Amino acid sequence: MQASDRFNINSQLEHLQAKYVGTGHADVNRFEWAVNIQRDSYASYIGHAPLLSFFAVAENESIGRVRYTFMQKMLLPCGKPPDRDQED
Amino acid sequence: MFLYTLTLQRATGIVCATYGNFTGGKMQEIVVARGKVLDLLRPDDNGKLQTLLSVEIFGAVRSLAQFRLTGSQKDYIVVGSDSGRIVILEYNKEKNLFEKVHQETFGKSGCRRIVPGQYLAVDPKGRAVMIGACEKQKLVYVLNRDNAARLTISSPLEAHKSHTIVYSITGVDCGFDNPIFAAIELDYSEADQDSTGQAANEAQKHLTFYELDLGLNHVVRKWTEPIDNGANMLVTVPGGGDGPSGVLVCAENFVIYKNQNQPDVRAVIPRRQDLPPHRGVLIVSAATHKLKALFFFLLQTEYGDVFKVTLDYEKDSDQVTELKIKYFDTIPVTSAMCVLKSGFLFAASEFGNHALYQFQSIGEDPEVESSSLTLVETEEGYQPIFFMPRKLKNLVQIDDVESLMPIMDMKVANLFEEETPQIFSLCGRGPRSSLRILRPGLAVTEMAVSQLPGVPSAVWTVKKHANDEFDAYIVVSFVNATLVLSIGETVEEVSNSGFLDTTPSLAISLLGDDSLMQVHPSGIRHIRADGRINEWKTPGKKTIVKVGFNWMQVAIALSGGELIYFEMDMSGQLMEIEKRDMTGDVACLDIAPVPEGRQRSRFLAVGSYDSTIRILSLDPDDCMQILSVQAVSSPPESLLLLEVQASTGGEDGADHPASVFLNAGLQNGVLLRTEVDMVTGQLSDTRTRFLGLRAPKLFSALVRGRRAMLCLSSRPWLGYIHQGHFLLTPLSYETLEYAASFSSDQCAEGVVAVARDALRVFTIERLGETFNQTVVPLRYTPRKFILHPKQKSLIILESDQGAFTTEERDTNKREVIEAACAHRNGRTEEDEEMADGENEDPLPDEQYGYPKAEPNKWASCIRVLDPKTSTTTCLLELQENEAAFSLCAVNFHDNKELGSLIAVGTAKDLQFMPKKEASGGFIHIYRLADEGKLELVHKTPVDGVPTALCQFQGRLLVGVGQVLRIYDLGKRKLLRKCENKNFPNTIIAIHTYGDRIYVGDIQESFHYVKYRRDENQLYTFADDSCPRWLTASLHIDFDTMAGADKFGNVYVMRLPQDVSEEIEDDPTGGKIKWEQGRLNGAPNKVEEIIQFHVGEVVTSLQRASLIPGGGESVLYGTIMGSVGALLPFSSREDVDFFSHLEMHLRQDNPPLCGCDHMAFRSAYFPVKDVIDGDLCEQYPTLTSELQRKIADDLDRTPGEILKKLEDIRNRII
Repeated sequence: MQASDRFNINSQLEHLQAKYVGTGHADVNRFEWAVNIQRDSYASYIGHAPLLSFFAVAENESIGRVRYTFMQKMLLPCGKPPDRDQED
Repeated sequence: MFLYTLTLQRATGIVCATYGNFTGGKMQEIVVARGKVLDLLRPDDNGKLQTLLSVEIFGAVRSLAQFRLTGSQKDYIVVGSDSGRIVILEYNKEKNLFEKVHQETFGKSGCRRIVPGQYLAVDPKGRAVMIGACEKQKLVYVLNRDNAARLTISSPLEAHKSHTIVYSITGVDCGFDNPIFAAIELDYSEADQDSTGQAANEAQKHLTFYELDLGLNHVVRKWTEPIDNGANMLVTVPGGGDGPSGVLVCAENFVIYKNQNQPDVRAVIPRRQDLPPHRGVLIVSAATHKLKALFFFLLQTEYGDVFKVTLDYEKDSDQVTELKIKYFDTIPVTSAMCVLKSGFLFAASEFGNHALYQFQSIGEDPEVESSSLTLVETEEGYQPIFFMPRKLKNLVQIDDVESLMPIMDMKVANLFEEETPQIFSLCGRGPRSSLRILRPGLAVTEMAVSQLPGVPSAVWTVKKHANDEFDAYIVVSFVNATLVLSIGETVEEVSNSGFLDTTPSLAISLLGDDSLMQVHPSGIRHIRADGRINEWKTPGKKTIVKVGFNWMQVAIALSGGELIYFEMDMSGQLMEIEKRDMTGDVACLDIAPVPEGRQRSRFLAVGSYDSTIRILSLDPDDCMQILSVQAVSSPPESLLLLEVQASTGGEDGADHPASVFLNAGLQNGVLLRTEVDMVTGQLSDTRTRFLGLRAPKLFSALVRGRRAMLCLSSRPWLGYIHQGHFLLTPLSYETLEYAASFSSDQCAEGVVAVARDALRVFTIERLGETFNQTVVPLRYTPRKFILHPKQKSLIILESDQGAFTTEERDTNKREVIEAACAHRNGRTEEDEEMADGENEDPLPDEQYGYPKAEPNKWASCIRVLDPKTSTTTCLLELQENEAAFSLCAVNFHDNKELGSLIAVGTAKDLQFMPKKEASGGFIHIYRLADEGKLELVHKTPVDGVPTALCQFQGRLLVGVGQVLRIYDLGKRKLLRKCENKNFPNTIIAIHTYGDRIYVGDIQESFHYVKYRRDENQLYTFADDSCPRWLTASLHIDFDTMAGADKFGNVYVMRLPQDVSEEIEDDPTGGKIKWEQGRLNGAPNKVEEIIQFHVGEVVTSLQRASLIPGGGESVLYGTIMGSVGALLPFSSREDVDFFSHLEMHLRQDNPPLCGCDHMAFRSAYFPVKDVIDGDLCEQYPTLTSELQRKIADDLDRTPGEILKKLEDIRNRII
């Protein structure tokens, strides 16, 4: 890699994408986008204690259980990923 | 419009907690995070939990940890918040504040997926701390000390792993070897790629050990191994000589011991018998208790059962041989548990009141429910083990800390016809739900009430010697007699005290070290310790009318206006020093207590009937000279000089100079507080406050060892210092005539008072609280309530998801207990006894919770409650899986004879997962008959869940999902009249005003709707341009609505004036009908005029005035159990002043945990026209230099700023 490459827009984007999970790019598909949104949302719910309590009251579960459910949902938040071959 | 926001009651729920020796003494303290507030708590000697310090941090605390450097005596606090920074705090005992020792920035702010702060783990030896995010990032900071023994922190070392979700991290105790951190990780990279879903099914959680190599300054992934896929939490196992090291992995249904080079030791968590088989058992909180020789863990499940987990291991090889799980006790589900060395267990409940328990035993009975050795594996998996919860055996509850969390609904009304309105709030969840009636003021505990022979006029307490700890006599004065009561084991009348009992008294006091003084209308009686009595008689026919005194000085006012000043000389004689003739009768007198190290107090305050207050000098040089005069609005009734130390500490550790305030109760019910210059006696800086309809009488009392002020007006008030603030708070007690402080060995800091013909002794508890509570328990999670306008009763809707109805529960419970009893036959007698005990009160639901049912099963009831007697006059349990969600009172214009009816909206078979759906809904119409009974008029099925109801022009407006509909009352059911189906999601709130309807959508804020009677049509003519997940709404005026959203924002929006007029002046209605929508919505957009981030989900908004005659403010209640107010500013000057003060405080007093104040208040939308009173109220806690600097910048004095802050608070509460 040449020294000048470090400053061009693509490598900067790549750097951002590597550093910050969920940074979009031109070819992002619907599924990837949704997965990122969902994961970000769950992380935010888990981080904001009042929101977590709000969900816990609504679902009549303990806060610990709701937190765990949200963590579990981060694995596959939008169901199965689409088949790559079909998409192309 | 500009608003001033102030939190009246800080959040009462607890998010996380940690404990340690933060003051550095023997005592252990608890630090709790209540969302955006950090509190330091400590159980006192009586087992009551006291709040030492409470700091608002303007951010979200997500995790707390405590660590101690080796050899140190004091613990530090690490805070993981949403600031993108790690902050280490130290508690400063002298100044009573948290000091920020370190603050290291590592990432962006906010609760983001990959920004650390969610998890914290410390090395048990205090050498390193790991801070982790939900995904990918983990940073390790090395902690050390420098030459001056100060704590140092290294730059962060990365232990990242991308595409990995982290469930929990903890430090592994490995003695003084390299620090190790353990984490539960789940890699999702393959699951994201595999379209068959196979990879996701096979995704495996791993337990990973990260080792920090202190020599190389580097973190490595040392060891990783698959673990149970239900794993959710890690608990450190003591090591390094104290135990086998390693971690306990808490997983769904299992507890597994894991360590490197050791096989897994697994035991199953016992289940309750009534638990549906598909439900797992999850550990939600854990506490470790470690003594020299033994350690054990207390793990609490999501159902509230606490298990004691012990490990058997070989001491030489550290091989764990057995993991035992023993049922310990059941307490309400906690978010954190702290086991203190003093034998207390602090249980921070996730909802409802917190509790402090004392250990009776530690469950040493060798019989255990579950063990790794008895684990049975079958083809279906591991065999479950069952147990029966029982009454508390090992724990005894000794204190209850009130918590309003979660406030579900709140209304303000004066149903009791008291001076100030009451706040009715629905709190709690499930079996621990309650209606709490909040009254501004401190709670009072009555110790004794005794009737007296007549109606007393005054009461005093007096000690026999200045060094005595407790009072010796209570002296009560009547119209023509004085009664002396001696305080001992019992309180009884005595006659040998030396006091003259045939005359009323004006003052009783200790003089000098050991002599007593009685002032009566015709003289002063001085009773020496040896029994000698000196009597000073008034000259001529004059009588003494008023007295002011301290233990060295006495000033009396004779009828006609003559003042005589006495002082005690070296020989203990009371000597007349000086006289002065005032021009008229004296209304009141006061002398401040003798300052320490001085011979006399310098000032005498004299109030006259000509509405003036004078300060007279008592110095020998200018004795009885007038130093200053203050003209007041009404004749003063009572005076009290009180020293107030407004702030706690200065930068150099020296206290702020205390200032003396002259307090004057005027006959018009106003209390004046004027600062007295200590040198010149000049009066300045007057603060006024209306206390009640009667002239306040002022008395000094002791509060936490400091002098405080009792003001008796039409209700009693207490003026005292709490965490650097001077607070003047009403007491929730009846009207009192006269009071004195009281101290005996039963009651260290009490008050004795007279009211009518009774003598009352009481103490004041829970200082610093704004509200005191009266609690009425409810059955299920309360959802909504209304105040019935005519009958003054409350109608409350309660519904619980996944619960059995009472009938089902009773049958189940009986069966289970019978089975358990049968099972126990043939066991030991002890067990039999236990079973007997259970029969009395099988298992109180408040403690054990309701048994879990399928998630689509509902239990619900409608309750009519008479708040005056706290009795339920009617309780209707809904049948057939219906759950009530909305209600309103409605008068149908066609059926006036029915009067005011109650409409209740219910859902049948409602479920949220996998998709929100219900098999239907109903609108019940009830009539409230006599004695508060509900009678069903009829029940109308609707096609969805009626989530909002409102009366509208003698008809009923119903929001069913996306549909807004108008119903009229028919004979058999409600009749549809008109509807509009075009609302975006679900209507959750409806307000009306005239022919305008304000509809709140669950996801898209408010819609303004107009009803055209001639066309019988509903038109949406304006809506909001922001999507707002509405949680609470309040109608303010014709064009204005206030709302709160799910993310903790409060906002006010207004329809522009011209649009509003256009809509109203549209005679043909053609415009509104044909106008095109804009931005996928209505043709007009409302404007946001107020925007503020509270930081907690606001669940209710109310407009009310909490002080008699005060302006209205908007009150809000949040899910975390806090109550706040938004007060509109009345003048532009105040807005300028407070916005400048706020600006300076933002600059000079950044929030404690590294957050940015402006960013916090603008977390979702930029803050607009709201000034944060919580930040402004931090001004008194600043150092005096900083206070002065800010005051100079504002062209004011610090005193003026404090006065402004006090004034604006007094306008709210």
